[in-house]
Amino acid sequence: MKRISGWSLIRLYTILVYVFMFAPIVAVIILSFNPQQFGSFPMKGFSFEWYVKLAGNETILRAFKNSMVLGSLTAILTTAIGIPAAMAFVRYDFPGKNSLNTLLLAPIMIPEVVLGVALLLFIRWLQQPKSFLLLLIGHVVITLPYVLLVVQARLVGIKREYEEAAMSLGASPFQAFREITFPLLMPAILAGMLFSFTISFDDVTATLFWATASNQTVPVKIFGMLRNSISPEINALGTVMIILTISIPLLAGYLSRKFSKET
Amino acid sequence: MTQERNPRLVRFEGIVKRFGTVTAVEKMDLDIAEGTLVTLLGPSGCGKTTLLRMIAGLEDPTEGDIYIKGERINDIPIHKRNLGMIFQNYALFPHKTIFDNVAFGLKYRNVNKAEVEKKVTQALEMVRLPGVEKRMPAQLSGGQQQRIALARAIVIEPDVLLMDEPLSALDENLREEMRREVDNLQQMLGVTTIFVTHDQREALSMSDKIVVMKDGKKLQEGTPDEVYNQPNNHFVADFLGHSNFAEGEVVGKENRFVKVRLKDGTIFRVEDTGRFQEGEPVELVVRAQKFDAFRQEEFTPDPEMNYFEGKIRDRSYMGGEVSYFVELPDGTEVHIISMMRTRIYEVGDSVSVQVAPRHCHLLPIET
Repeated sequence: MKRISGWSLIRLYTILVYVFMFAPIVAVIILSFNPQQFGSFPMKGFSFEWYVKLAGNETILRAFKNSMVLGSLTAILTTAIGIPAAMAFVRYDFPGKNSLNTLLLAPIMIPEVVLGVALLLFIRWLQQPKSFLLLLIGHVVITLPYVLLVVQARLVGIKREYEEAAMSLGASPFQAFREITFPLLMPAILAGMLFSFTISFDDVTATLFWATASNQTVPVKIFGMLRNSISPEINALGTVMIILTISIPLLAGYLSRKFSKET
Repeated sequence: MTQERNPRLVRFEGIVKRFGTVTAVEKMDLDIAEGTLVTLLGPSGCGKTTLLRMIAGLEDPTEGDIYIKGERINDIPIHKRNLGMIFQNYALFPHKTIFDNVAFGLKYRNVNKAEVEKKVTQALEMVRLPGVEKRMPAQLSGGQQQRIALARAIVIEPDVLLMDEPLSALDENLREEMRREVDNLQQMLGVTTIFVTHDQREALSMSDKIVVMKDGKKLQEGTPDEVYNQPNNHFVADFLGHSNFAEGEVVGKENRFVKVRLKDGTIFRVEDTGRFQEGEPVELVVRAQKFDAFRQEEFTPDPEMNYFEGKIRDRSYMGGEVSYFVELPDGTEVHIISMMRTRIYEVGDSVSVQVAPRHCHLLPIET
């Protein structure tokens, strides 16, 4: 009997942890359909009012577009850099390999505030203005470690023999990569792109330092809005963000499963 | 065979390979004749795989030259060497169908589509797996996958077929079957094959020539019969089969025999090869299978034979034969393997053991 009560305690504890984690998110989603100006329970009805308002808000739409463009470019650029880097780290030996690898992974361990300020000081030292390019570079720096880790892990699992077999059959090193390694890496590449997109799409701390008035992202915009007033519009925006960040990975997972079944 | 065979289709000249401070291959000279199957045999870490990878172009020799068909290939990259390579773990491309796997090498050889299909079908028939074109590698068993790998390698008609322990990932029964298959296919196609293995049975049964390697050095090269029956040194005698060793000294010659006195005073007569002279220290080698054991009271010594007496210490069945360890009066143990058709002794039995001089060999003492 004692053992059972011990387990039920743990079970209760676990449930509480999840409630604490997800209750605010659920509250945001529910309150986004609340027609009142000041969201509180019990709700006085159900409406899409704030979503309609959101769709008409020029600055938010612009921020949304910024976020999408920035996230996509970050994902593409990061994988474009990450794949060859991972290949070099896993398949080749060169002096300074370990230090360089640590350096590229460092942004995971450095607080984003530090990273944000550092890049800002660097750009000041170069006497360049803050720009979209700065934001893009910053996001690539932040997301590169994730792509590197995911692609490297997968690459370690792809036996060298595949490439060696391809080359022994007449494929040049590049052809062997294109025909063999790249398709086998595809799941990791997709995962890496998703990581970098969602991280870029969600990032607040570092982006606060780098964004200008003309290229604000959605999270920065929300942060700004919260400082002035607590508009229920934010609930609606938050809901949209939540749905996006959850559904994109799910969709990608579904697609990759579907493709792997077909081939 | 109307065509003259090239006795040096593959040629190593003074090949040295070092990894940092470790020497993997040391001053290797080796010729491989066209159409033969040559086995590189040795324990792991002896440099046999490194040697194979150097022919393939997957490693560069630190020193020396490699020639294929008289052409120095040191600087030719792997994909231009026209070699077929078989790996221990098959290395079939997991995301490609069997057809695409086998056809892979033909893509880089300007073969038209109809021809590709014909060649792939032929290759699959040759490895006795017709009709699997549309399947994925994961849907085949290990043995089948290795056959596909074989088809993929031979379809490009390589100058040399390189096999890196191709059978060691298969289980015992399948290995025997695949071994015969590889052997037959090699003879049918007449493709020069270099086979790396640590399994002496594989090496002895398939090879035209065996190269025994240890610590990056070639210890002996010859036909399976030569390496097995006339080992050059202690390692080769020990690595192939079950051998007994005893140190002694040449004490004289008599007719066509050399007389060797062992440490315990026994005189052994060994066929004279002219290699050793009176007074030289030698090591006597006798294969465990060459002894005949008799019950002591039933034994009549034959003056032509060598014999000694001992007690059975240990006995184990090995299926078709029985393995005994016989303890001599001075405490040394001799390993004897006798066929089941002779009588079976019990542990503790006193036996007389006899061996013919032609089954005894002498080796120089290694320092």
